[in-house]
Amino acid sequence: MTHTDAAAVALARDGDSEAFRALVERHSRAVFRLAHRMTGNASDAEDVVQETFLKAYRQLSRFESRANFGTWVHRIAVNCSIDLIRARPHREAGHDATDLEQFGAAEATEPTLPSPERLMLSAEVQGRISDAMTSLSKMERAAFVLRHFEGQSIDEISRALGLKTNATKHSIFRAVKKMRQALEPFVAPPDNESLTAGGTRS
Amino acid sequence: MATQHLTDDDLILHYYGETSPGDERQTTGHLQQCGLCRAEYTRLQRVLASIDERSLAMEPGPAFERTVWARLEPALEPARRSWVGWLLTSPAPLGLAAAVVVLVVGAFFAGRALSPAPAAPTAAAVAAAADQIRERILLSDVGEHLDRSQMALVDLVSGDDNSTLDIASERSRAEQLVADNRLYRQTAEETGDVLLSQLLDEIERVLTDVAAAPEAGSSRDLADVRRRIESRDLLFKVRVIASEIRERQKIPIQRQAGPRS
Repeated sequence: MTHTDAAAVALARDGDSEAFRALVERHSRAVFRLAHRMTGNASDAEDVVQETFLKAYRQLSRFESRANFGTWVHRIAVNCSIDLIRARPHREAGHDATDLEQFGAAEATEPTLPSPERLMLSAEVQGRISDAMTSLSKMERAAFVLRHFEGQSIDEISRALGLKTNATKHSIFRAVKKMRQALEPFVAPPDNESLTAGGTRS
Repeated sequence: MATQHLTDDDLILHYYGETSPGDERQTTGHLQQCGLCRAEYTRLQRVLASIDERSLAMEPGPAFERTVWARLEPALEPARRSWVGWLLTSPAPLGLAAAVVVLVVGAFFAGRALSPAPAAPTAAAVAAAADQIRERILLSDVGEHLDRSQMALVDLVSGDDNSTLDIASERSRAEQLVADNRLYRQTAEETGDVLLSQLLDEIERVLTDVAAAPEAGSSRDLADVRRRIESRDLLFKVRVIASEIRERQKIPIQRQAGPRS
């Protein structure tokens, strides 16, 4: 926790709204990015930012001054995102698995592909990742983001999303499968080792 | 001898360190020996390693922090602005509430004395009627909110860049409307009222910009907002939906009588 965060929290606890404003201005972008990763929607992410700071404000007295304010707010934002995902009507994304297979296959036949190293850095791949994430259902996206970016275990994710362990695993498996279908032609084309091994995995 | 290859799911669990300790040794051993599975795992690693935080980062606009604060600030002081706070703290509504209670209780006993006891409605009928009443109250609130928003939008649009619009008062009005609007929009989203939630979303964005206008600004600072209201026919949309809501309010609440005994 930086000194300025600590000072701002102390002032905000005493009712100084300008101090809380400083905290909001310092951390709201990071919260938005996290919420957008979780929800995949800018409008939902804005709602999460709002809820997160409202909760933070109301719970300031419970915040331990030795803790990191950014980490604390980050945790609140994860929970708010999960609450929003669970509360909103279940909206599946517009793409289905077949679309994605066709998308992956079409891209794989492009004649000239630059090296994977260059592509990994390219804006095009970034766009593909974003598109592939859009193809995930809300639960797949939430489970994948919590596992991949937040480093939460499958058990933790199951508890957070209110799913059984197997359901969480399958959400992650489906998410990874969709990401692979969309990205593999760009970042991981078949290499020599698998070709020379002379077989296929079943 | 047939080789039992690792499945894609096995590889994913291995990548995230989620394989059980017993299976982990087996998985690691197999990967050391099997070129096919190792190649497959390498491809999985490359794909997953390419998905870093930067690839999903969506940066909000430059005025994001100001906008967040404009929406947040009214909600941080509920006692000052909310009607709940007013009801709880002011003596006038308490007196009014007491009078209403006396009237309701009096009417209840008078009704009992003058009419035969009605049959008790079923739980489902009571719940349905309660839902209808709740919806009616919400419609009435949303209708009033749209009327207030419409007035604010008309005031904004009718000013020009050189007019002496009172920015401080417009900011304050917009702040209050944004806080209310947000609650109505969330309710509309939860109840699946797409048209209303889209309209409220548009109103919220405009009002948020007004609330975030510079304190010492002039009418010229709201020129973009004016253009946006006009280009999206926002006033027209508000009028149409407000009128639709008024029509919905005219439909009588259906009487859900329970079976008579």
